[in-house]
Amino acid sequence: MDGMQGFIYPNEAELQWSILIVLYPFITGLVAGAFILASLERVFNVQAVKPTYRLALLTALAFLIVAPLPLQLHLGHPERSFEMYLTPHTTSAMAMFGFVYLWYLMAVLVVEIWLEYRQQIVTSWQRSSGLTRIAYGVLALGSTDISADALRVDDRVGRLVTIVGIPSAFLLHGYVGFIFGSVKANPWWSTPMMPIVFLFSAIVSGVALVMLMYQAMAWYRRVAVDMTCLDTIARYLLYAFLIDLSLELLDLAHRIYEADESFKTLDFMVHTRLFVSQIVVQIVLGTLVPIALLASMRWVSRARVRQVVYAIAGMLTLVGIFAMRWNVVIGGQLFSKSFLGYTTYKLQFATREGLGVSIVLLLLPFLMLGGLVRLLPPWPHEDRANAA
Amino acid sequence: MSIDRRSFLLEASKLIVLTAPAAAAWDYVIAGAAEQAPDYDASAHWWAMIIDVEKCIGCGRCVQACKAENGVPLEPQYFRTWVERYEIDPDDPEHPHVESPNGGYDGFPGPTKPGTKTFFVPKLCNQCADSPCVQVCPVGATFRTPDGVVLVDKEYCLGCRYCVQACPYGCRYIDPRTHTADKCTLCYHRITKGLQTACVEVCPTGARYLGDLKDPRDPIHEFLRTHKVQVLKPQMATHSKTFYNGLDGAVR
Repeated sequence: MDGMQGFIYPNEAELQWSILIVLYPFITGLVAGAFILASLERVFNVQAVKPTYRLALLTALAFLIVAPLPLQLHLGHPERSFEMYLTPHTTSAMAMFGFVYLWYLMAVLVVEIWLEYRQQIVTSWQRSSGLTRIAYGVLALGSTDISADALRVDDRVGRLVTIVGIPSAFLLHGYVGFIFGSVKANPWWSTPMMPIVFLFSAIVSGVALVMLMYQAMAWYRRVAVDMTCLDTIARYLLYAFLIDLSLELLDLAHRIYEADESFKTLDFMVHTRLFVSQIVVQIVLGTLVPIALLASMRWVSRARVRQVVYAIAGMLTLVGIFAMRWNVVIGGQLFSKSFLGYTTYKLQFATREGLGVSIVLLLLPFLMLGGLVRLLPPWPHEDRANAA
Repeated sequence: MSIDRRSFLLEASKLIVLTAPAAAAWDYVIAGAAEQAPDYDASAHWWAMIIDVEKCIGCGRCVQACKAENGVPLEPQYFRTWVERYEIDPDDPEHPHVESPNGGYDGFPGPTKPGTKTFFVPKLCNQCADSPCVQVCPVGATFRTPDGVVLVDKEYCLGCRYCVQACPYGCRYIDPRTHTADKCTLCYHRITKGLQTACVEVCPTGARYLGDLKDPRDPIHEFLRTHKVQVLKPQMATHSKTFYNGLDGAVR
């Protein structure tokens, strides 16, 4: 068959997991990373990143709402997916997804956002009228006490939720890594490193996304970027990137040195079918170049230059992490489990699992974020000052 | 022990209340059980398959019979069983030439390269006792029957394809008509009625043998005692119940 090379088991001619399954770890990674950035301010008291705290939470929420969609679209029977809640199979790594997801959405993210915004929701409710008033009234959930005492309680509970939230964010994405890392039949996936590599790449992508969104929002609102904030985020991005790179290099070194039965097959694949997406896009353009850019900015004094370079580094990072997800998910299916041959993934455009749907799924969180930002502006004080 | 009227009524009413859901639950369990013959006792069997590589002539009859018996799609990427042909150059045993045109359905073309070691390897679901596909199914739609056969409940499968990824042997595919996972059932509808699997039935050389490891009189015990058998990819520790006689180390 077209695109095949060597021998593959006959049933392997059909690739099972498409670009939609590439989106799944990419999107959940952005959620986990954005949340961990938000937690820096809250739990570790990094005041410099405060301007991005609320934006990071809303970004995480927008992407988390979209996260199950690619999975649903991919299922042969989406209407049966609820069975995962009703009759989860306890030995299945995948069965826990629904619970991890719901826990993270309902027990962590929504609660934290609500507590953070409660005062603002109540004041907006008091000041508005008509439909807007009803909307804010619903959001307030009947809790309209915004006395200093009540807000102190909010703050304390919010802090607690964040403390629970950090391991939850780790769980969410480490778990996604485990889904792949625990497949012993597939040597490209099967490594205990997978959850931790996924986790750090998630932090990298989430931080890069919030960094970009913060700049984009500042540009859109025509306000000055807080350079201390931006520099701090960029520095954290660099640190996370260095850990991520070290982990991936460790994995690589281990594979090369051990050179087990699958090594020659995988090595050949990386040098041929995955060369562009793995070596060129993921490692060079998506990892080494942004690391070099971010690291070099400590010697650049002009804020404008730093801003532009951060934006470029952020975008390259997102492309690189997307390529990483691609190389894991698609790369893991391009070789035969017989280690004797290779197949190809043909990405189509206008199909249920095609490129068109994927683009829509990637734009959807941004639309949602736009709506959330309108409903719950992350910068209330400045807006009020502008309006006055 | 004496029971007063009050506690008797209490216990009796509890019993009545609890019996109704238990009966409903039992109906549900029965409805979800694999298709069985009425007098078939699943717990009295433990099915296994022997493949004698030395005997296979690569005629593809088993592949044809399987597709016909089980309504497997005829396209060349859906197989419950298939046959591979290995050609191994004695000077380069690490790089065997393997092919399986249309899964061996139409047999194999032409003579092989002179001077090579050539043989056929029929493949099918290994009916693993510790099967990765059963382990990973998020809703338990793939399950192992008490008699050791791995089956898929098509009414329940989500079509997430995790099991296809988890099978080390490439034995699963997604049925394009039902969008659910499909695989060899060891002809469960036949073996529970005392019949052979379709592939065993048609094999002209007796290269396949279906055995019951729980039946002490089954010749499979004698065969396993007197032959040096192997399973595929033993390092996967799936406790495969498909034993190969005369399997070359190059086979994957």
